Amino acid sequence: MLHLLQKPLEAPKPSRRTFLKMSAGAVGGLIIAAKMPNAAKAAADAGEFVQPFVHIRPDNTVVVLSKHLDKGQGTANGLATLVADELDASHEQILLELAPSNPQLYANSLFGVQGTGGSTAMPNAFMQYRQAGAAAKAMVVSAAAKEWGVPAGEITVSGGVVSHSSGKSATLGELAGLAANEDVPAEPALKTPDQWVYIGKSFPRKDVKNKTVGAPNTYTIDFNREGMLTATVARSPRFGGTVKSFDATEAKKVAGVVDIFQIPNGVAVVAESTWPAIKARDLLEIEWDDSAAETRSTDAMMTELKDMTTKPGLKVREDGDVDAALDASAKVMEIDYDFPFLAHGAMEPLDIVGEFDGETAQFWFGSQIPTIDHNVASTILGIPFEKVSINTLWAGGSFGRRAQGDAHPVSEISFLLKAMREAGMDPRPVKIVWTREDDMAGGYYRPMSAHKIKVGLDGDGNVTAVKYNIAAKSIIKGTAFEPMLMPNGVDHNMTEGASDTTYSFPMMNMDQAFQETPVPVLWWRSVGHTHTAYVMETMIDRIAKETGKDPVALRLELLKDDPRKTNVLKLAAEKAGWDTPLPEGRHRGVAVHKSFGSYVAEVVEISFREDGTVKVEKVTAAVDCGVPVNPDNIRAQVEGGIGYGLGAILRNQVTLSDGYVEETNFDTYESLRISDMPEIDVHIVASTEAPTGIGEPGTPPIGPAVANAIAAAKDEWITSLPFTKAGLV
Amino acid sequence: MSVTLKINGETRTLDADPESPLLWALRDELGMTGTKFGCGIASCGACTVHWDGMPIRSCQTMVGDLEGAEITTIEGVNGKAAKAVQEAWNELDVPQCGYCQSGQIMAATALLTDTPKPTDEDIDAAMDGNVCRCATYARIRKAIHAAADKMEA
Ligand code: FES
Ligand code: FES
Repeated sequence: MLHLLQKPLEAPKPSRRTFLKMSAGAVGGLIIAAKMPNAAKAAADAGEFVQPFVHIRPDNTVVVLSKHLDKGQGTANGLATLVADELDASHEQILLELAPSNPQLYANSLFGVQGTGGSTAMPNAFMQYRQAGAAAKAMVVSAAAKEWGVPAGEITVSGGVVSHSSGKSATLGELAGLAANEDVPAEPALKTPDQWVYIGKSFPRKDVKNKTVGAPNTYTIDFNREGMLTATVARSPRFGGTVKSFDATEAKKVAGVVDIFQIPNGVAVVAESTWPAIKARDLLEIEWDDSAAETRSTDAMMTELKDMTTKPGLKVREDGDVDAALDASAKVMEIDYDFPFLAHGAMEPLDIVGEFDGETAQFWFGSQIPTIDHNVASTILGIPFEKVSINTLWAGGSFGRRAQGDAHPVSEISFLLKAMREAGMDPRPVKIVWTREDDMAGGYYRPMSAHKIKVGLDGDGNVTAVKYNIAAKSIIKGTAFEPMLMPNGVDHNMTEGASDTTYSFPMMNMDQAFQETPVPVLWWRSVGHTHTAYVMETMIDRIAKETGKDPVALRLELLKDDPRKTNVLKLAAEKAGWDTPLPEGRHRGVAVHKSFGSYVAEVVEISFREDGTVKVEKVTAAVDCGVPVNPDNIRAQVEGGIGYGLGAILRNQVTLSDGYVEETNFDTYESLRISDMPEIDVHIVASTEAPTGIGEPGTPPIGPAVANAIAAAKDEWITSLPFTKAGLV
Repeated sequence: MSVTLKINGETRTLDADPESPLLWALRDELGMTGTKFGCGIASCGACTVHWDGMPIRSCQTMVGDLEGAEITTIEGVNGKAAKAVQEAWNELDVPQCGYCQSGQIMAATALLTDTPKPTDEDIDAAMDGNVCRCATYARIRKAIHAAADKMEA
């Protein structure tokens, strides 16, 4: 028997009001510790120190809870580095955990809600986690002072051992219960940078061991609950389509299938395990209603975007009468660029586990914006926010894919749990598994975009004006983020990296236009910078070529007001030997870009294989991300960010044919592979500025640096991505 | 249908659809979740296990073909090469998200068992089927060389 909901429901979007409500109270002072709630009191009696970010257990382990989702970028370890340093814990005793959803305790202080993105983890948490570590240390010291009858000022902590010159000493674990009863200091004293033992030095990743032995229960896909079912969902093959009717007769015959339900965005097959859920779904016969669906091909969508760039749009930046300035210029360069949809292709496809007994609901998954997920689940299930809990699990990558403003995975599973309940099923946990095809053909792409730039030059080759028109679907418009991020109707996520450039052009105007399409789009590692850096940085090289200047020299000239960018550019150029001759067959290119507060310059060396395809041999990068909290992780993120950007620029695109996705798996959406990976040399500026993010900033410069190297070699400028279109891959 | 085979040295009987990929039998029937699902079409290597020491894609290996097979997974991989690989992976902090790394380690172990002193070309040839979306490739390469050195020492 099939259980159909009376009528397919629309997933509720968090409204502007609920979003503001969610944010209220979360912004304001940083939370570092909480006054003794009852649970913490009970823990103290059991010898445990329990605070929002730090737990010290009697067994002498120190758990640091990351309020941010760790999807590979090393955030949990980075935040633990801060706590361990201020607490003077040992590296060995630290354990990493991901905090559950709790907007009161775990809000991102830059967002006002709990969420991870925009490379904000370290910048928003740097002071908070240090203070949390310092507060814990002060409480431990104060407890030891009372216990030993000595002045607190005479007690030292080092490597997790608390000691006094009298010979008394104890571990953090031994003092945990007593420390828990101490008052939380309002403003614990922080170390000065010269006292740091881990920050800026080394704190190897504590999550690596589990990831080299296939440890259980690490990722959502591995998570298991007693009696858990597994579901797959057949979703519309065209974006915006809905189920008209379906026949599940054959699907129901597959051994292991438990039941089949229609939910708002498709048909869910619920089975005892994964394989029957996959097998049975293929046997569903579904008729789709495409009346509201996207039925165009990406070619037609690109034609529309290009047309939009020829017309005035919404003003993003307006320095003056740019048309007049261009008219008065000795020469005008006009260049059109186009960029495709990109899938995130995180290694672990989407997944989520949930259970619902009619009154309370629990979820387990890699939630990137838990506050929205939490709110959506409580709305759909019709239970109070407090009756929902979200447990955060490690994610096998994300690159933005798990940061959904519409909370679609939690919305889908909530509708399924509700349908199961309404059908009278015993409450059993269920896991929804996305296959690679579900994930890749499921949308939420980096938006495709068209760019038109006009650059005016005077008789001496100086830039007179830049006119920049961009068109794409807005990631923000129509989501819960719109009120916060588009106060004047302008979407800065689309234009970041261009409209805010620090190149000192006498005049620059930028207009944007929004494409309307049901294809869902989303943040993709470095967001607007994925295309603006490419445009700006290849534009600079074209100006250099046109005016006979050296690409590094021209940049330095135009960056006279940006010392940090100047510095990384010089450093990368020096380390790469920019001014030294290259061996036969090698060519160089450069790009420098600031994103998410961090500055990255990359110099690439390329060669061409016998068949004419390009091989990126080497990348020399220079990075300024403020205080380098964990230098080795910064190197790792820059290496990975370069590889991620390079793979995309070389050969990735998602195309639609009559609305159907053509690239649905890694055979057609070909990932960067080890044989494509260049040698990468990362140099980190010893900055004392406040730390900024590093998950994304390595990605934007690689595309234009490679394009500039190709142009240096062949005088061929690639303006239509990916490079496969130019026959270079 | 029931199939009897050895997994990590233990005799196991799988009572499963013969068309079921080994991957899902391992993960769902036996609860061994170290072997990962990435693509299901032999394009990513996340599901790599050893069959008589040879790296294979468990997503495209059907349970019905495995009577009498000897399978090794990340949970059971052992020996000199595996140990050296896991040590090098830890020393160089290779994993980021880590999701591909079971497959990478199985592929690298098979490579080093066969070719204890691989060149960069050997590494490219053996490891090109293993996708890492976090692009930890530079460290994978370094770690394979480091593991080779360890095996020699
Ligand atoms: S899951 Fe088997 S190769 Fe990708
Ligand atoms: S470490 Fe994330 S996919 Fe390889």
